[in-house]
Amino acid sequence: MNLLDTIIKAAPEAHIVTETDGIQIVAVTPEELPAAAQALAQRPEGAMDFLYDLTGMDWGEEGLGVLYQLESTATGERIILRTQTTDRERPLLPSVSTLWPTAEIKEREAFDFLGIRFTGNPDMRRLYLREDWKGYPLRKDYDATANELTLDNEINADTTEEYTLRPDGTLECHEHQLFGNDDFVVNIGPQHPSTHGVLRLRTALDGEVIRHVDPILGYIHRGIEKMAERMTYPQTLAMTDRLDYLSAHQNRHALCRCIEGAMELEVPERAEYIRTIMDELQRIDSHLLFYSCLAMDMGALTPFFYGFREREMILNIFEETTGGRLIQNYNVIGGVRADLHPDFCNKTKEFIVHLRQVLPDYHNIFTGSIIAKTRLEGVGRLSREQVIGLGATGGTGRASGWANDVRKRHPYAVYDQVDFEEVVRTEGDSMARYLVRMDEIEQSCRIIEQLIDRIPEGPVRTKTKPIIKLPEGIFTASVEASRGAFGVLLESRGDKSPYRLHFRSTGLPLVHTMDTACRGAKLADLIAIGGSIDFVIPDIDR
Amino acid sequence: MKTDEFKNNDYLQRLVDKLNADGAGIVLTTLDEAINWGRSNSLWSLTFGTSCCAIEFMALGAARYDMARFGFEVTRNSPRQADMIMVLGTITWKMASVLRRLYDQMADPKYVVAVGGCTISGGPFRGSYHVVEGIDKIIPVDVYIPGCPPRPEAFFYGMMQLQRKVKAERFLGGRNHKESRPKEETQTDETAE
Amino acid sequence: MNYYDINSLNQSIHGTLSSLMPEGLAITLEGIAVGLLIIVLYALLAIVLIYMERRVCAAFQCRIGPNRVGGRGGLLQVPADVLKILTKEIISLRHADRFLYNLAPFLVILASIFSFACLPWNQGAEILRMDIGIFFVLAASSIGVLGILLAGWSSNSKYTVIGAVRSGAMIISYELSIGLTVLTMVLLSGTMDIQEIVMEQEHLWNIFRGHIPALLAFCVYLIAGNAEANRGPFDLAEAEQELTAGYHTEYSGMHFGFFYLAEYLNLFITAGIASTLFLGGWMPFHIPGLDGLNAVMDWIPGVVWFVGKTFAVVFLLMWIRWTFPRLRIDQVLTLEWKYLMPLSLVIVLLMTLCVIFGLVL
Repeated sequence: MNLLDTIIKAAPEAHIVTETDGIQIVAVTPEELPAAAQALAQRPEGAMDFLYDLTGMDWGEEGLGVLYQLESTATGERIILRTQTTDRERPLLPSVSTLWPTAEIKEREAFDFLGIRFTGNPDMRRLYLREDWKGYPLRKDYDATANELTLDNEINADTTEEYTLRPDGTLECHEHQLFGNDDFVVNIGPQHPSTHGVLRLRTALDGEVIRHVDPILGYIHRGIEKMAERMTYPQTLAMTDRLDYLSAHQNRHALCRCIEGAMELEVPERAEYIRTIMDELQRIDSHLLFYSCLAMDMGALTPFFYGFREREMILNIFEETTGGRLIQNYNVIGGVRADLHPDFCNKTKEFIVHLRQVLPDYHNIFTGSIIAKTRLEGVGRLSREQVIGLGATGGTGRASGWANDVRKRHPYAVYDQVDFEEVVRTEGDSMARYLVRMDEIEQSCRIIEQLIDRIPEGPVRTKTKPIIKLPEGIFTASVEASRGAFGVLLESRGDKSPYRLHFRSTGLPLVHTMDTACRGAKLADLIAIGGSIDFVIPDIDR
Repeated sequence: MKTDEFKNNDYLQRLVDKLNADGAGIVLTTLDEAINWGRSNSLWSLTFGTSCCAIEFMALGAARYDMARFGFEVTRNSPRQADMIMVLGTITWKMASVLRRLYDQMADPKYVVAVGGCTISGGPFRGSYHVVEGIDKIIPVDVYIPGCPPRPEAFFYGMMQLQRKVKAERFLGGRNHKESRPKEETQTDETAE
Repeated sequence: MNYYDINSLNQSIHGTLSSLMPEGLAITLEGIAVGLLIIVLYALLAIVLIYMERRVCAAFQCRIGPNRVGGRGGLLQVPADVLKILTKEIISLRHADRFLYNLAPFLVILASIFSFACLPWNQGAEILRMDIGIFFVLAASSIGVLGILLAGWSSNSKYTVIGAVRSGAMIISYELSIGLTVLTMVLLSGTMDIQEIVMEQEHLWNIFRGHIPALLAFCVYLIAGNAEANRGPFDLAEAEQELTAGYHTEYSGMHFGFFYLAEYLNLFITAGIASTLFLGGWMPFHIPGLDGLNAVMDWIPGVVWFVGKTFAVVFLLMWIRWTFPRLRIDQVLTLEWKYLMPLSLVIVLLMTLCVIFGLVL
């Protein structure tokens, strides 16, 4: 039975709205959504068990709605469910968090931005904005003057709210206790050396043992999605580099692909090669930083300097060609901004030779160390079901046996022309997450080696009109960023700026796994688990 | 005090003029100079990275740039023990109260370095509903380092300007710099709660 | 052999002073002079150690390290830091237990000064000499943990409490191993007087005399001593990446400076006791039978030997610190209670048997 039939069987009113990039968008009514979702999640021939993303939308007069991007880990089929409610005063939609645990946090995001309440979600607090925030910023009618900058400390509730719908249509609110009076709650962050940014983890401790972790986000929420609605398409590109600055190239690649796909613009082959190489260099850069930071988080300071020493070489290569060290602004719609520096190929080749020589040193000083082994092995175990349910892609998912590499599953750029292995391990602990990334460095080297001598001659950029307008519709694109699947969802109404631009944050599901991974572990493990899961906060908060 | 060093910076030049104009006693000035030498060469920064600039700051500490050479050896994670706060990255409305609190928690004398476009004016995120457009709205800033993110060399230049500023300050017997604000005593959990 | 004995010097100073003034006053004056000497030496050593640490870690980390302040070697970097810390504001907290909060840094520094005063610098150059010298060092150094516990508790902050509790659990555990390994050496030497322990090693250092048990005891002592000094990989109490600054998170200015100084001096004391017990203290390197070599070695003053050996051990400990990741608290305790403590008991037994049956060299 194909996907559409499955849905229609459970939800007779469902119908296809449109299609993007080969993915059908199926509209379902809110009443039928639970049945349709259940049927998809438990579909016998390839369950749609991976909720890739959940995007809240404001369609103005048509009401508020949500897009569910679903994917089957078995077959790789994809589908987008669309549901909406016309009630703008009291928008209610059924929660799907029992089917896909990752929805728990993503529904909170939709609530925070658009005010859609999800009945049945056990945690309906705001996710990014202060709890005393007025209004929902991603609504089209949001009043930007409703809030004022305040220096008062934010009071955080110790309880969460769950709404359920009574049969007579009224709302019922339960409170769930997050932290009891006898909990020893330690605030880790927002200003803390090991949270990789301004993440705040409220941690209930029992001695040194973690009872549970409640991540509080939004300390670097810059409102990028809202800002993008006022920008022209080339301008929106600048935002992507600043999401996950260690996946700057890949993020921008995703948005460029999305816009190019919508414009049906052909990208020169040389540009595709350059993009692929740059993506992989960026991945090595990011993984080296991961190694450095993990070691530093665990108290070993010397490996930190090793990682940075090699990272500087990549930055040199970047800088020569793109002009930027961390944020390169290199990909543009239709190709890349400038041609490669004449030394690029030689330097990259030299670098890879050098990196291969020093990688054993990395392993000698850190991986082989007995302390590192005992600190990482068996700690923060995540099972395959858990990572899929929580949507934890990238190295974290692959360490738990879930092959989720976008480069393999839905190849883009020139990834289908290169030979590389998807590193998958089955242990699911911190050590596996660490080793997956270290092995990925070698795979990235392989990819670059295969491509570097084959870069075709030709232009690096297809000329575009100065003002870019996209046709109406919903467009998506995803790439494998340094720490997992990064996606873009763009709705255009034919203007020169997007109607809605949503980024699938790689880190949000990763942070969501912290509670699962840390329960029962020690306080010191929290740091090691956080380091090995490897998230970047600006990417989460957007 | 040698004034030549400060020729290229009007602000510091004014500080030096003011310092020399009052003509303090020789003992006091000598002592002041010694203390300022110590203070300027030992500016320990609070690690306060919120986004991209923090990575460049890490690069600054790493082997190639090695800020330990200039006396920025130690970065303290506790605001009580830090001499300056390097604000590295966008400050959002939710973070503003935390930043202010961290600043209040620091022991005097303390300095603020605003790094990157975001901290100076909101940078690329100016106009957003949740971004503070310049941290000088929250805390007094001593040095601005523009860039997005600034290069490590720019960091060094900015940090050296701060060293110069410290040298041109008066430590004993009155201040010639920043307005003195009423200091609130704060007791906290280090990280804001 | 007199090994540059300075006892005669001491006596002549005392004699001169006594002839000038009543003996009581002379002793008071000498006491003040020695006290000042300790404090100055303490501060100077801390500066040297901090400088050394910066240089050593820079070298391990492929960096240059301080090289601007005070010439190319950055020699004046640490004095600048000291000057800075001295002029820094000392914050007082509203909700802290003020008395204990202010007392804690002094307890920590007091403990390390007490132990520091027992180190045998040279023949006749010990400051505190008593029959139970090594026992006194153990007792005095345990005051330090009290200071840490008080610091953590009185700051009224969660991070500091966690740091203090960790430190308490760890130091009290590791004191067992230290006690037992010290006991091993006391068994071998037959005395607790530090100077006599050194004199006992006139023919051969203890680590060679006691061969296998002594070597094992040396290793155990180094691990436990490292833990006792709160240094990586046992720096859980400070654990920068977990607890921001651990038990001294809320301290600023010179209060923090005291903790900082004590940390480095404890490192020196740990190394100093190790070199006294195992490597002969100020005793030159002797090999029985090779009189020529022994005579040459005797040319080098005892204080050079002592400082040299101690700094060698300090370097070893720094090397360890900058190489390994930090242990977790349960692993630290497991290491002590399941491995080191039983091992130290076995070492004590082995050493007793060796001594009884005359199997020592």
